Parts: sequence; C-alpha cells; structure tokens
Amino acid sequence: MAIATEQPGVGAPHGGTPLDPHAIRAEFPIFRTTVHGRPLIYLDSASTSQKPQAVLDAVNGYYREYNANVHRGIYEIGERATEAYEAVRASIARFINAPDVHEVVFTRNATEAINLVAYTWGRRTIGQSDAIVLTEMEHHANLVPWQLLVQEKDGDLEFIPITDEGRLRLDVYDVLLRLRPRLVAFTQVSNTLGTINPVREMVDRAHAAGALVLIDGAQAVPHVPVDVQALGADFYVFSGHKMLAPPGSGALWARRELLEAMPPFMAGGEMIREVHLRRSEWNAIPWKFEAGTPDAAAAIGFGAAAEYLMALGMDRVRAHEHDLIAYALDTLRAELPQLTLYGPPAAERGGVVSFNVPNVHPHDVAQILDRFGIAIRAGHHCTMPLHERLDLAATCRASFNVYSTRDDIDALVDGLREVVRIFGD
Amino acid sequence: MDDLYRDYILEHYRRPHNFGVLEQPTATYEGANPLCGDRITMMLGIRDGVVAEVGFTGRGCAISQASASLLTDEIKGKPVDAVAKLTTQDLLDLLGIEISPARLKCALLSLDTLEHALAESGVAPARGAAS
Ligand SMILES: Cc1ncc(COP(=O)(O)O)c(C=O)c1O
Repeated sequence: MAIATEQPGVGAPHGGTPLDPHAIRAEFPIFRTTVHGRPLIYLDSASTSQKPQAVLDAVNGYYREYNANVHRGIYEIGERATEAYEAVRASIARFINAPDVHEVVFTRNATEAINLVAYTWGRRTIGQSDAIVLTEMEHHANLVPWQLLVQEKDGDLEFIPITDEGRLRLDVYDVLLRLRPRLVAFTQVSNTLGTINPVREMVDRAHAAGALVLIDGAQAVPHVPVDVQALGADFYVFSGHKMLAPPGSGALWARRELLEAMPPFMAGGEMIREVHLRRSEWNAIPWKFEAGTPDAAAAIGFGAAAEYLMALGMDRVRAHEHDLIAYALDTLRAELPQLTLYGPPAAERGGVVSFNVPNVHPHDVAQILDRFGIAIRAGHHCTMPLHERLDLAATCRASFNVYSTRDDIDALVDGLREVVRIFGD
Repeated sequence: MDDLYRDYILEHYRRPHNFGVLEQPTATYEGANPLCGDRITMMLGIRDGVVAEVGFTGRGCAISQASASLLTDEIKGKPVDAVAKLTTQDLLDLLGIEISPARLKCALLSLDTLEHALAESGVAPARGAAS
C-alpha cells in the first residue's frame, strides 16, 4: 500500500524549471485563512512549517480508512497501517539517501533523537574528562542533553566559536580536536543566523581526530538536499514538523553498527523480541528504539511530506529559497538601511533572515507586524548562548519555506516601515 | 490602528519617568523575563512608611518599560500599605490598553519586581506573588 506516493496536487516532478511558489502556495489550505482581515503572511517557517493538502490527506486517510495500531493486528487494516508506516521509513531513507532503511529510527522530533543518542551511545561512551565539541550557535536541543550527559559523567564540553558574520571558526575547531573529543555535534543550518556550515569538511576533520559526528539537520532538511552518505555523518537527526509534516514525527539516522551496539532508549512494548519476568531480549534495529505505540498518523504525514519535497526536487527548493534570501537581504538593506541584519551572505544561508530595528524590542516589532497579518518570530529562538555571544537580548526572525514568495518579503518591508513610523522619534 | 502603541505609551517608553539609580535605596530588586529579555531593576527609598523615592533601570519592550514608568509615577509619595495593595487590574488600568495574554508577562514585570522589592522591605504585597 503506497499511501506515501499518493500526491494530490503535486503531479510529476517539475524538471529543471524554477519552482512556482504561487502554485505551491495554492496547495497549502492555511493560506486561505485571514488574520485581522488580511491574508496570512507566514514568515515563521523555521519554527514550524505549514502543511500541504497532500500531507493533510495522508493523515486524514489513515484515520478515515485504516486507523489501527502498527505491528500488532492480524487483520486487513492493521496490516495496511503497518505497511504504510514502514513505507514511510523507505521514503525517509530515500529523502536523506540512507543506505539501509533499517538505519532510520522514528522519533517524535529532533530533540528526542538527540536525547536518544545522548542517553544510549553517550552514556555508554562518554567517561570522565572525555570531551564533546559543540558550537556557539546550537539550538538548546543540541546543547542541554550534552550538558546533562557531561554533568553525569564528569566529562567536558567545548565550543567552536563564531565570527561576527556568524561563521564557525574552523581554526579554533582544529585546536579543539587536539583534545581528542569523543563526539562533535553541530547544526547543519543555524536556526537563528541561517549559516550553512561546511559539514563534510568538519566531519572529515573530526574523523581524522577519532571523533564521531552528530549533525542536527532540523533546519537543513526543509531547505537543502541532504545526503547522509555524502556528508559522512555518524548520526543525523531532524523533525518532521519543519519539513511540511505533522508535529510528533521525526527521525534519527545512524550507521547500522552504531545502532546495533547501542543499548535501548525507552523500554516497553515493540522494542523487545522476547520478554521473561526477569529479563528480555531486544528487537532488531530500528524497532529496538521504538518503544510503545507510535503516532502512526504523524509518521504517515511525514512520509507524504518527504515524497512531496522529493517530487518538487530539493535542488529546486534550495534554488527558490536562495533567491528569496538574496531578495530579502537586498530589499531590507535598500529600503530600511537602519536595520541591523545578522548572519552570512545569501550564498551561505538557508531559510532565515534575522534582524533588529534600532530602539524597538523584537516583541514590539512582531506585535505591530501581526496587525498586518504577518507572522515572524521574536525572541532568542532557543539559542540563548548565541544571543549572549552577539550581546543581544533578542532578535526578529523572518523565515521561509517552499510556499514563501517575494510578495511576502514586500509585505514584511511595508510592515517594518510602519514599525519605524510608529516608533520613530 | 494601533490600540497598543498609543502615544502616551510610546512617550513613556522613549522618555521613561523615574528612570535612573537611587543613591540610597532601602530596597532593590532586579526582575527579568528571560524568555523575552525584558529586565527591570526597581529601587525604593521607603521612609516613615512612605515610598519617598523610587527609581528604575532596565531594557525591554515598550510595554514592559512604559508599565514601569507609569507604575513608578503611581507609587511615588504613597504609603507603602497602599502600594502593597496594588492589583494586576490596577496596573492594567494604569496602562489603559488592551493587553493580549502573550504580552501580559511584559506588562506585569514592573509590578512583580515592585512586589519583590517591597518584600525585601518586609512588606507583604496583597497579590502574594513575591516569595
Ligand atoms: C537547529 C534546530 N535544532 C533542533 C530543533 C528542535 O526541534 P524540535 O523542537 O522539533 O525537536 C530546532 C527547532 O527549532 C532547531 O531549529
């Protein structure tokens, strides 16, 4: 049963032509909503993305036609649910070019995937004085689990600093690698600055120093083509909800031998092969890590989202967003020169533009933009240490996805002009 | 169109009243909403049961800073007992604008901070928020 390949509204791959964001937008029902009497201008996709009809239909189809627990029922709809659920694993494996579908472990989100690695591989591997190298730009999800781990094991955290333009200081990275860390964990794309980090180069250097590498792909999978084999990663994590899928879906990919050597994470049903009163045997990977009844509907939506993006073509998604970011940076600079923009140039950036309006707190900016139906994020975006490094309490962030258009950016500029007018002295 | 950003709110934000450090405060408290980065330090000079002097410093959104400006104007020269009785509604009335639930924390930071400063002076605020 191939629910994940049913793609209402997508049709055949669009070839090499640029994406038509207006046609794509028409496939996202939420854009028929109005906010304060105006059409919704959604510029908070880095927080969570909107969902296309194809994903809504896949989720709805599961509930309406074959809602049953997966891996349980010896009956038609139970088997259908299991098949659809496992078909998602194959879609996700193709989406990130994993060599083996059984290396894809379903999790609730990127956060759970990172915790899974920290609690299983981490607790087994990290000992006293062992170092883990992170960066100053990590989302709290790729920071706090490692803090807990080194507190428990008396290990050490080290951080690759950033330059003022928001690039990682690879010269310092080389010095940190001399500490022979066990793990290097960093984000592929920064959720605050948009920086696309040089993953392959960093992975090679880590491996040469004897460290394994975990890549936080939460902000990468919605925006750039991802090939875990080409990246050379050991662990790769991401959330479904930022890539057009429902919340509650996400994945950990890791090399088979790592997963096989790792102890289970949560314990209960599904993750076992045999249970006796005093001992149990674990199921094979990936199910060893999937205890309890999963959110099958979310997973089925996850598969539909991956298929939708693959049908669009991630190269074309990247090209579209690169165009938007370049347009946004140019337009904001030209029309509102008083803004402070953060992060690297468009060529090294995925999905987000962060800025501040002088003497106006980001919450006030967001509140005024809301009157125009424009949704942006205001705050620290779960990167408090990065904001400390930049000496900022908060920033405004506009972020894009496949359905974003230049019109959205023009609306943002108009809204920001109003902010400046209201707050101007 | 903007009910929130009325002229007097913006005026209090740009040129806050009672902004500055007291030389000899009898109580000082720094309050913060770490999630939004709003910060207010409230300084009280309580003499003979009266808030004789009040000052604040801080940074944050227009709502949090205008709220501190309006609140400090309100309490200056008032008996501590009366100040301790201020309620959430009193503060919202002072602001005189419609505050959405998401911004309530910004609006109330000044009152929370004041209550902590009062508690430091041994005065139990009526809302009982300070601990
Ligand atoms: C870079 C990055 N990593 C991790 C996460 C955590 O994602 P989730 O909350 O879906 O687990 C986010 C979400 O904002 C993110 O941007």
